[in-house]
Amino acid sequence: MGGHVVAIGASHAGVQFVAALRELGHDGPITLIGEEVAWPYQRPPLSKAFMAGSTAPDNMALRGPDFFDMSGIVTRLGIAVRAIDRARQQVVLSDGETVDYDALLLATGTRPRPWPGGPMPEGVFALRSLGDAACLRTAAEHASGPVVIVGGGYIGLELAATLRGKGGHDVTVVEAAPRLLARAASSDLSALVARRHAEAGVRLRTDVGVTEIDARDGKVVAVRLNDGSVLPAALVVLGIGVVPNQELAMEAGLPCENGIIVDRQCQTLDPAIFAAGDCTLHPNRFAGGMIRLECVQNAHDQARTAAAVLMGQEASYDTVPWFWSDQFGMKLQTAGLVEGSVRSVPRGAPEGGRGAFYHFGPDGCLKAVETVNMPAEHMLARKLLAAGVSPPADQIADPGHDLRGLLSKPL
Amino acid sequence: MTRLIFRLPDGSTRAVEATNGTSVMQAAIQGNIRGIEAECGGACACATCHVYVDEAFAGLVPPPEPDERDMLEGVAAERRSNSRLACQITMNEEMDGLTVQIPDRQF
Ligand SMILES: Cc1cc2nc3c(=O)[nH]c(=O)nc-3n(C[C@H](O)[C@H](O)[C@H](O)COP(=O)(O)OP(=O)(O)OC[C@H]3O[C@@H](n4cnc5c(N)ncnc54)[C@H](O)[C@@H]3O)c2cc1C
Ligand code: FES
Repeated sequence: MGGHVVAIGASHAGVQFVAALRELGHDGPITLIGEEVAWPYQRPPLSKAFMAGSTAPDNMALRGPDFFDMSGIVTRLGIAVRAIDRARQQVVLSDGETVDYDALLLATGTRPRPWPGGPMPEGVFALRSLGDAACLRTAAEHASGPVVIVGGGYIGLELAATLRGKGGHDVTVVEAAPRLLARAASSDLSALVARRHAEAGVRLRTDVGVTEIDARDGKVVAVRLNDGSVLPAALVVLGIGVVPNQELAMEAGLPCENGIIVDRQCQTLDPAIFAAGDCTLHPNRFAGGMIRLECVQNAHDQARTAAAVLMGQEASYDTVPWFWSDQFGMKLQTAGLVEGSVRSVPRGAPEGGRGAFYHFGPDGCLKAVETVNMPAEHMLARKLLAAGVSPPADQIADPGHDLRGLLSKPL
Repeated sequence: MTRLIFRLPDGSTRAVEATNGTSVMQAAIQGNIRGIEAECGGACACATCHVYVDEAFAGLVPPPEPDERDMLEGVAAERRSNSRLACQITMNEEMDGLTVQIPDRQF
């Protein structure tokens, strides 16, 4: 395939895709188009090291300054794609310019779910981009009152940990579900995380929704909850989930639901158009159906799969999902998907700061492993899940039992 | 700025100037060194920034913290006594000439 390949979205998935194409020997032209002006960067540090002020944007670059030039990849940063014309095989940029493609990758990611009810007063933030993070960090440095974080998911909790731990702020997390991390973590892990946050002085309000954000003179002053309470706030962060950037695909007639629908080859309905990363709804063996994942692993692995398929290789996306989060010095790592598991077996002493939860599905098969400060166990869990090996409960519960023996190949 | 040398799997070497205080992984990214994937961006969560530190420099590089030692169990290439995660080695002026070998694979 020597034609012109265009990728939309210059972040984890888009950058990995164009790099992989060159690695695999594609010698035709490649163009990477991204709406953000910033040089392509790692997103995970935005709520962690960057927010804490301990890393600079230079240290977050996905590639060095001359990577794209040296690889013969044309970058168009700071410009959005406005439409895809599938019949002409063209994308239309926001300035009206058109770019022809032979193959196209959609790596448009997600954006924060907007708060219903229009424009927000000063002091209310969402966090997705480096620009968002820089504004929020500056505002937090100057905020002289309480911080309210709406949404107890991973991003909200990482922010709570950073603003409380490094910034010393008075922080409250409000979560509408009965527990934190309801979507992404087991109840075992969410209880552990809740305890750690509470110990560190983060106030947690679960099972209660935000009804109103109050402002005075255009500045946020409080958050009202549906149990009647009012939380004073100098700074509010909305971490209420994200929506996939799929409008381009939808308007081009490509099937979308909660994400752009792709197959295991990362191909959309149009064989010339691929999609990868946070924006895709894809078949996933580990989910037992279609799923949209929001993690770096999925962005990188789907991008590599799309590049390999485009290069004519027999490739399909079939990787164990994995994720990490750092909060209050805890390294939390998840291999597999917790959702749908019915039984959990602890290993070691997760409550004591080092251990794991092994989660099993109704069929008795291992579905996911959540580790706390146990990276080696996480790496092992990825291998067990990939190999479809389910360790017996008594071996898991015995911390002295080396589970590596269950893998046929030595590590 | 401190000189850092990468030995690539094909036997060639590449020298880069690393800013003190940045990691060997970041210096590799900035210098377009192939073969360091760094999927997690330096969070010590992926083990795809594996390198072998040249024995001559072993004394100059502080030993791995427990998290790194743990993650090293998950490297894709052979784990050796001088295996390190490049994101966990911070450059300083005493490390001038630090030489690391890139393994044949990171996955
Ligand atoms: C604060 C934060 C912390 C996170 N922490 C972790 C973590 O610890 N571990 C983990 O695994 N994951 C983490 N994630 C999730 C991870 O960052 C995402 O999974 C990853 O960024 C997905 O990459 P992507 O390339 O699919 O999409 P994105 O990174 O969202 O990139 C999409 C890009 O496409 C651009 N774009 C969209 N539409 C257009 C258009 N029409 N034209 C041009 N460009 C367009 C956007 O501007 C954006 O730059 C975190 C995310 C956030 C926000
Ligand atoms: S970059 Fe992931 S462990 Fe070093």
